[in-house]
Amino acid sequence: MRLKSVIDGLILIALALAPFYLSAYHLSLLGRFLALAIVSLSLVLIWGWGGILSLGQGVFWGLGGYALAMHLKLASLAPGDLPDFMMWSGLDHLPKWWAVFHSPALALTSVVVLPMAAAGALGWLIFHRRVGGVYFALITQALALAFSTLLISQQPYTGGFNGLTDFSTILGYSVNGPNFERGLYWVTVGALTGSFLLCQWLRQTNFGRVLVAIRDGENRVRFLGYNAMAYKTIAFAVGGALAGISGALYMLHVGVISPAMVGVVPSIEMVVAVAVGGRESLTGVILGTLLVNFCKDWISSAMPDLWLFVMGALFVLVVTAMRGGLADLAEFPFRKINLRQSRKTKRHDSVIAVEKEAEASKAG
Amino acid sequence: MREPQLEAREPLLDVEGLTVSFDGFKALDGMSLRLTSSSVRVLIGPNGAGKSTLCDAIIGHVRPVSGRVVFKGKDITSLPEYQIVRKGICRKFQTPGVLESLTVEENLALSARRHRECWRSFGRTLSGEGRACVNETLELIGLAEKRNMLAGQLAHGQKQWLEIGIVVASDADLLLLDEPAAGMSHGEAAQTAELIRRLSQWHSFLVIDHDMAFVAQLDAPVSVMHMGRLLKEGTLAEVRNDPQVAAVYLGRAEEVSRACA
Repeated sequence: MRLKSVIDGLILIALALAPFYLSAYHLSLLGRFLALAIVSLSLVLIWGWGGILSLGQGVFWGLGGYALAMHLKLASLAPGDLPDFMMWSGLDHLPKWWAVFHSPALALTSVVVLPMAAAGALGWLIFHRRVGGVYFALITQALALAFSTLLISQQPYTGGFNGLTDFSTILGYSVNGPNFERGLYWVTVGALTGSFLLCQWLRQTNFGRVLVAIRDGENRVRFLGYNAMAYKTIAFAVGGALAGISGALYMLHVGVISPAMVGVVPSIEMVVAVAVGGRESLTGVILGTLLVNFCKDWISSAMPDLWLFVMGALFVLVVTAMRGGLADLAEFPFRKINLRQSRKTKRHDSVIAVEKEAEASKAG
Repeated sequence: MREPQLEAREPLLDVEGLTVSFDGFKALDGMSLRLTSSSVRVLIGPNGAGKSTLCDAIIGHVRPVSGRVVFKGKDITSLPEYQIVRKGICRKFQTPGVLESLTVEENLALSARRHRECWRSFGRTLSGEGRACVNETLELIGLAEKRNMLAGQLAHGQKQWLEIGIVVASDADLLLLDEPAAGMSHGEAAQTAELIRRLSQWHSFLVIDHDMAFVAQLDAPVSVMHMGRLLKEGTLAEVRNDPQVAAVYLGRAEEVSRACA
């Protein structure tokens, strides 16, 4: 545990000092991947610990991204002007629900609150009906598809396929130039650290223990007097909020948000990065996200068609050969003994199961 | 030998004409049962008699089409499961339902917490009372030395004991044990029976089991179920000599009496 904290601290220092030893190009890549790492942390919380596989995390990520992008879009306009895509679509005035995003405070709040509320409501609706596992994954995936389709179809309000882009200022600062990049990088590292500490704290509270217990045996926990639905809903809502923050930061790094960034494929890429990193380990998924995305950048610039195959292969490899991902690899020397032990008890269990079956068939 | 007491104490649980139907098949068909506080009751019956379904219906895992469950004078038939548990009924499942990636101690701590509401779960520690309860239970089930082991690494018999411990640590008034001695050696089963008898000073038990040697060790009144209904109640000896009960077990009557001998 101590050693782990030391390693986490060293990684943090290395990340914080990155602007001094990385080229501008690599720093900008690192920045956006660290923003993505926040959504990976949210998946550790809901999938790694809570056992809830969400294939639609892109929806909450996108809500955060779009909320802030709407503010940036308005902030870059002269007073009284309409965003370009609205004029092309023949709108003559700014809709009310757009206009409120003039307020930076409201925009920043909705980066967290909007996805949190959406995730909370969706979670409540679904967990309330005791839907889980594969069905939940499929519902969230369908939701991601519906969300990106909706964004494309509502061009007058969302910018359609192109999304929102062409920003110039945020909170009075210009969004172009090295100073902004560097500042944004540190904000990202700060947000990542905050999210990391939040998740770590949650895991150590009774809430975290109950959440892991629900993953292992929802019925057992429910019949100890815990309302499993409430725990899962809260975890999912917190995960949604983290995803929203991640989306907003990523949008700032790349200067655009569009339906293609929030649909099914990006949502699955998020899950793959988490699986590769080791879904139960916070540090693991941060490193996994960096690894997968640097690989993606490198492979897709060398051979654009290859990336999807590589990603699929990575996922298959992780699921079949190393369930614990990178984090497991790091702990392997310590784990070996435990593995052998648990295999032994498993054998013991199966022997008993066979004996019981034989007994039952004799009795019947 | 204690005299079995069926009606002496105040009623704790009243099951009144409970009927549970699975797609037309009546797993419970007007089942009635009354339990008193601080007592042990054994529930036996052939496979498919509805014993586990009765437990499921009491704790709200399946919902009856008619009849009601009254606990401490209150109708709990339609409460959500977690609220039924908070009223004071806890159940051990047939297959050990321990939480494998938590330690033995954490398993018990989860059950020993008296405040199980979600918004009160953001603390890190267990109250002093809860910790005392965990330690006491660890001694009781003989797993004190394995408290920091992951529950998934325990042997089968130890998992059974741990789950009994979980149910006991919940401090519920009524504990439902579904085949607590399954997969245990004779020695372990005898210890389990002794443990249940000792704990029955504080809790009421409803125990389901097939193992007649174990049932005899419990030394408690027996209810026999058949086809989702109560067939017979009495001491083990009375039940064993009842011709109706023997007929229910059909060809297995001989086997039963041999096991009891």
